[in-house]
Amino acid sequence: MTDGQTQATHGDAHVEGQQHPLGVYFKIWIWLFVLSAGSYAVDYFHVEGYLRWTLILIFMMAKAGLIVAVFMHMVWERLALIYAILAPPVFVLVFVALMTSEAGYTFLTRTIFFSGAS
Amino acid sequence: MSDTTATGSAHPTAKPGGVEGFVADWASDQRAFKGVPWGKAMMWIFLLSDTFIFSCFLLSYMTVRMSTTVDWPNPSEVFALSFGGDPIPLILIAIMTFILITSSGTMALAVNYGYRKNRKMTAILLVITAIFGATFVGMQAFEWSKLIADGVRPWGNPMGAPQFGATFFMITGFHGFHVSVGVLFLLIVARKVLKGEYDRGDKGFFTSRPGNYEHVEAMGLYWHFVDLVWVFIFAFFYLW
Repeated sequence: MTDGQTQATHGDAHVEGQQHPLGVYFKIWIWLFVLSAGSYAVDYFHVEGYLRWTLILIFMMAKAGLIVAVFMHMVWERLALIYAILAPPVFVLVFVALMTSEAGYTFLTRTIFFSGAS
Repeated sequence: MSDTTATGSAHPTAKPGGVEGFVADWASDQRAFKGVPWGKAMMWIFLLSDTFIFSCFLLSYMTVRMSTTVDWPNPSEVFALSFGGDPIPLILIAIMTFILITSSGTMALAVNYGYRKNRKMTAILLVITAIFGATFVGMQAFEWSKLIADGVRPWGNPMGAPQFGATFFMITGFHGFHVSVGVLFLLIVARKVLKGEYDRGDKGFFTSRPGNYEHVEAMGLYWHFVDLVWVFIFAFFYLW
C-alpha cells in the first residue's frame, strides 16, 4: 500500500467521482422494468421446459448485466478493477459443475436404496 | 474504455487503456485501482466475498433440489396470492421485484446528485430508497408469516420436498437481512448528507479519514448489489 501520498491530498479525490448524465440512469431503469415484466410473464403465461429456463436465464443475465454495468458504474471503470471483481465469480461455474454431478449421484443412490422404503 | 480518461481521474498524463492498461496498472508497483477511491475498492472486494456467500446458498439449493426424490413444491402456486378472486401466481414476489428495482433507480440518482454536491436532493433520494427498502422487508415479513401459517418449516412442509423450507428461509432470510442493514445505513448516510458532514469532510465512525460524497457511491454499490442478488434469487428460486 504505497498510495498514502496519493490519498493524503484528498482534494483530488473529489474529482475522481463517477459523473454521468441522468438520462442514462432513466433509460436503464426503464429497461430493468421491462425485463422484470418479461421474466414475470414467463411464469404468468406458464411457459414450460427449455424455453422457460432459457428465457429466465436471458432475462436474469440481462438485468444483472445492466445493474453491474451502469448502476454500479462498471463500464466506466478501468480493466484493472473490472477483471479483479468480475473474473473470480466465473469460477463459481466450476463449483456448479461439481455439485451437478454430486447431486446426480445422490439422486441415483436415493432412488436405488430408498425406493419403496418409506 | 476511452471514457475513463474523460470522466475518471484528474491526473494530467493519459494512462493506457484496455488490456495494455490492465497489465500496466497491475504491474506498476503502486496503487492498482487508479481513479478508484479506497472506500469504493474495499466495498467492491466486500461485495465479491458476499457474491461467494450467496453463490454457496444458491448452489446448495440447486444441489438439494436436484438430489431430492420427492417432488419440489411449485413456487408459482406456493407464492400465489388472491385479492378476492382467482389466485394470481407470484404476484407478491413480482411487486417486491419492482419495488427493489425502483429503489435501485432512486439510489443511482442519489449517487449522481451526491457528486453534484446537491445535499437536499441526495438526502431526499436516499430516504426514498430507504422507504422502498423497508417496504420490501415488510412484504417479505408478510410472505414469511403466510408460509409459516401454511405449515412451511425448515424441516418440512405439506407441499413436497422438505428441503424447500430450509432453502427458502435461509436464502430469503439472508437477503432480507442484507436489505435491513442497507436500510439502516441508508438512513445513516442520509443524515450525514443532510448535516453537511460530507461537505465539511467530518470524520466517520468507522474511519479517521475525512468523509466525502464517495461514501454515497459506496453505499450505492451495496444497495445495487442487494438488488442484484434478488435478480438471481427471483430467477432461480421463484421462477425455476
